[in-house]
Amino acid sequence: MYDVIIIGAGVSGAASARELSRYKAKICVLEKEEDVCCGTSKANSGIVHAGYDAAPGSLKAMLNVRGNEMMEQLSKDLDFLFQRTGSLVICPDEEGMPGLQKLYDRGLANGVKGLKILTREEISAMEPNITDDVYAALYAPSAGIVCPFGMNIALAENAYMNGVEFRFNTEVQDIRKTEKGYEIHTGQGVFHTKCVVNAAGVYADKFHNMVSKKKIRITPRRGEYCLLDKNAGKHISRTVFSLPGKYGKGVLVTPTVHGNLLIGPTAVDIRDKEGTNTTREGLDEVISKAGQSVKNLPMRQVITSFAGLRAHESGAEFIIGEAEDAERFIDCAGIESPGLTSCPAIGEMVAEVLKEKLRLEKKEDFIATRKGILDPNTLAKKERDELIRQESAYGNIICRCEMITEGEILDAIRRPLGARSLDGIKRRTRAGMGRCQSGFCSPKTMEILARELNVSMSDITKSGGNSRLVAGFTKDLL
Amino acid sequence: MEIRNLTCIRCPMGCQIAVQIDRHDIVSVTGNACKRGDVYARKEVTDPTRIVTSTVKVVGGKADMVSVKTKEDIPRGKIFDCMRSLRGIEVEAPVYIGDVIVPDAAGTGVDIVATKNVGKE
Amino acid sequence: MKNYDIVIIGGGPAGLAAAVSAKRNGIDSILILERDKELGGILNQCIHNGFGLHMFREELTGPEYAQRFIDQVNALGIAYCLNTMVMDISHEKVVTAMNRTDGLLEIRAKAVILAMGCRERSRGALNIPGYRPAGIYSAGTAQRLVNMEGLMPGREIVILGSGDIGLIMARRMTLEGAKVKVVAELMPYSGGLKRNIVQCLDDYGIPLKLSHTVVDINGKERIESVTLAEVDATGKPVPGTEEEYSCDTLLLSVGLIPENELSSGMGVQLNNVTSGPDVNESLETNIEGVFACGNVLHVHDLVDFVSEEAKTAGKNAAAYVKGERSAGGGREIRLKPMDGVRYTVPISIDTARMSEDLTVRFRVGAVFRDCYVSAYFDGERAVHTKRRIMAPGEMEEIRLTKEQLLKYPDLKAITVKIEEA
Repeated sequence: MYDVIIIGAGVSGAASARELSRYKAKICVLEKEEDVCCGTSKANSGIVHAGYDAAPGSLKAMLNVRGNEMMEQLSKDLDFLFQRTGSLVICPDEEGMPGLQKLYDRGLANGVKGLKILTREEISAMEPNITDDVYAALYAPSAGIVCPFGMNIALAENAYMNGVEFRFNTEVQDIRKTEKGYEIHTGQGVFHTKCVVNAAGVYADKFHNMVSKKKIRITPRRGEYCLLDKNAGKHISRTVFSLPGKYGKGVLVTPTVHGNLLIGPTAVDIRDKEGTNTTREGLDEVISKAGQSVKNLPMRQVITSFAGLRAHESGAEFIIGEAEDAERFIDCAGIESPGLTSCPAIGEMVAEVLKEKLRLEKKEDFIATRKGILDPNTLAKKERDELIRQESAYGNIICRCEMITEGEILDAIRRPLGARSLDGIKRRTRAGMGRCQSGFCSPKTMEILARELNVSMSDITKSGGNSRLVAGFTKDLL
Repeated sequence: MEIRNLTCIRCPMGCQIAVQIDRHDIVSVTGNACKRGDVYARKEVTDPTRIVTSTVKVVGGKADMVSVKTKEDIPRGKIFDCMRSLRGIEVEAPVYIGDVIVPDAAGTGVDIVATKNVGKE
Repeated sequence: MKNYDIVIIGGGPAGLAAAVSAKRNGIDSILILERDKELGGILNQCIHNGFGLHMFREELTGPEYAQRFIDQVNALGIAYCLNTMVMDISHEKVVTAMNRTDGLLEIRAKAVILAMGCRERSRGALNIPGYRPAGIYSAGTAQRLVNMEGLMPGREIVILGSGDIGLIMARRMTLEGAKVKVVAELMPYSGGLKRNIVQCLDDYGIPLKLSHTVVDINGKERIESVTLAEVDATGKPVPGTEEEYSCDTLLLSVGLIPENELSSGMGVQLNNVTSGPDVNESLETNIEGVFACGNVLHVHDLVDFVSEEAKTAGKNAAAYVKGERSAGGGREIRLKPMDGVRYTVPISIDTARMSEDLTVRFRVGAVFRDCYVSAYFDGERAVHTKRRIMAPGEMEEIRLTKEQLLKYPDLKAITVKIEEA
């Protein structure tokens, strides 16, 4: 019998697991995919919002501001990339000013610090590539950018270090209320638990509705993005949003923590909860709208495009806490934007609820920090040289676009909750995430995976399940 | 009377050549802009041949596979027979360019030879 | 810090030929840095035949062609490092490289020859919509898996792009037991050689659909199908022309991009059209003593021309190191591509430095039949040669002689263009 079973190893589930791992409790995370960070958490803007968007008094507003405050220390404790770069909301004309003022006022009410409305001159001094059609902008210095994979993986690894179990490829099929708690039926057997945390992203309604009569409905809201090469990464240095205006809701343009430029997302409600496909219309929209706020975007530098699904709940608010009519079933649902920013605070909130419910005691031996995969590019030459002498795999470049060594890939595979697929390695190390999009390194990375996991090359997958990368051997069908 | 249409590959022009055939005899070659096209078309119609290239496994070598080719052209109709003759073939390192991997492949009288040096591990 | 007269970045066909040429022109202190485990570069995975017709007057496979140069490098005792990645080159020509055994290496060079080759354009560069399942490979990656590892990326293949690698892979996959269903090409003409269309597609009954592209990729874990559609003259898909092809693999052969991250890092000026360095008559970049050749300079169609170009770069680098190069006339003639000519290599000529004759290489932007390649020396037409056909897939060249240029002492610009008959 577990004390807590968390459904979903995305950022909300991992943040909840990590916060709960401060306490003496038997905790397990069930994840239907083969790795952490496989759903909404892997395909989003990677923005740490300042907190002026949500209505004052809402959970979204509160957790956003709190999450933003926690982010810096958390990124240091758990060694993931976060930069407080600031953001701008662009207002194209005078008619937009009341809207901009409203955001400013909300921000103040929500407790966002440092907000300022800038004039056109101030903006172009800060960001020379902002469109000439700018009237004013809301500057939020507390906004930032984060590596969503890095944060999700760090939270999960740290939870694991503190005793949380993770079960991958374990899809929850049914949840039944029992006398002592819940029975969770999965493709890998039945699990018994006192409490459930429903952090299932776009599937959170499905699980909530299994145990509660107060139905919720989550609509997958697709957002498409284009990612540009690092050559374009310095085009702007802050996240640029557009004020909703005569062209509808704009898209953002932002540098990423790794130095790329990201543009998107669109917002289209769809039915398919796995509908992470990009569309011609969506990509066209991203490209045309990005140009409305930032000029001279080097669109020839696009290296990939992707789509993510936000878990949009019909009430447009986070649903966090015990379900009204299902005791010890804790929802963590409707976690759309600013979910990534809020997740440290979401984890806190979930843990707080369960601490009360289960009367959990703090552990004395909680490990609060975690070391990420060493990036040798951050070392001085001498240190790097020394590292190679100790471990020669750090002298062998596998991904030449991102300059990722075999040493980092081995670390990604061997560490707790290590990578089992090409995408798992990519999210942990960036091997394959560069301008050639794994053309050169995928055969080499596959070889390393096969060697380390002691399996055949034909067993290596892109992202688990049926995503095998090769179909067999030459001539075997001749 | 049969007409065979071909694209000449002797130069980037890519002339569309029509070859008129009466049973086994070539009656006419048209559409080619030069003499080379005529020669190409006659050969393609009567005796089309190709070099076939592939790879076979290497045991104990610095590489897992070694590339191979038919030493000379073989009849086009024999391509897949040649490929099948390579199924299951393994060679031991070292292998040198020109080493015979399969003699007289698929009864063509042409050997399949290595096209790469693979040293011992 | 080690010192070499010439450091060559890349041990593929360009690097090898440049090294041999530099050595033959009197330089002993040469080092080739190669990131792979063997010399030969991409030729090692190009196991098909058809290489060397110009250079050796015979048809070789890629590995055989490479071996001819590797043998020369060995016979001449030219030094090389394998499994060695160049991390950075400074403007002052200090090369920082890395490998397992030596750690970080710093090498000071008197001259550098850039010969890093190119990479394939990826799906992202085309913005092809759809899912992102397993089974999408660039043709070159598939070529490596099939030819170097003996692995089949898939069983039922659709290929987008009719560049030569795509065509070659259509045949390779077929020969190894896969079914290649169709090759789609966005343009109204193929980017590949005629020979490859006939011998890689027609021989095996593989259809080539010109003016078609992939408009959707279906399948969440592994590809299940792709949707092709016809495109109009502007390259936009025409609604109603969609056709779905079931397949487990999509190969992309949609263009090559010179790999110039190291070059731009050291301050080499790049050309917008070729994505390679702007070079002068000596194949020297804007940084003195830094030369470029092969696919890092501009994407070639035949390796023979790479070797030829690299030979020139090696010779010029040798002359630079030996101080035998004239100071230059200070008079620079600019080459200007126009009317169908997309670019020229080189972009400028200093007559004092040029050898007796000079090859100007270029590519055209469309298919031209029975047209002329003309070179205007300022206003005057000095070259006017007829071509039966020119296509974007094939590299073109004209030759200029020093004698010819010296007749125009005030010449400022040479315009190279295509003219109708």
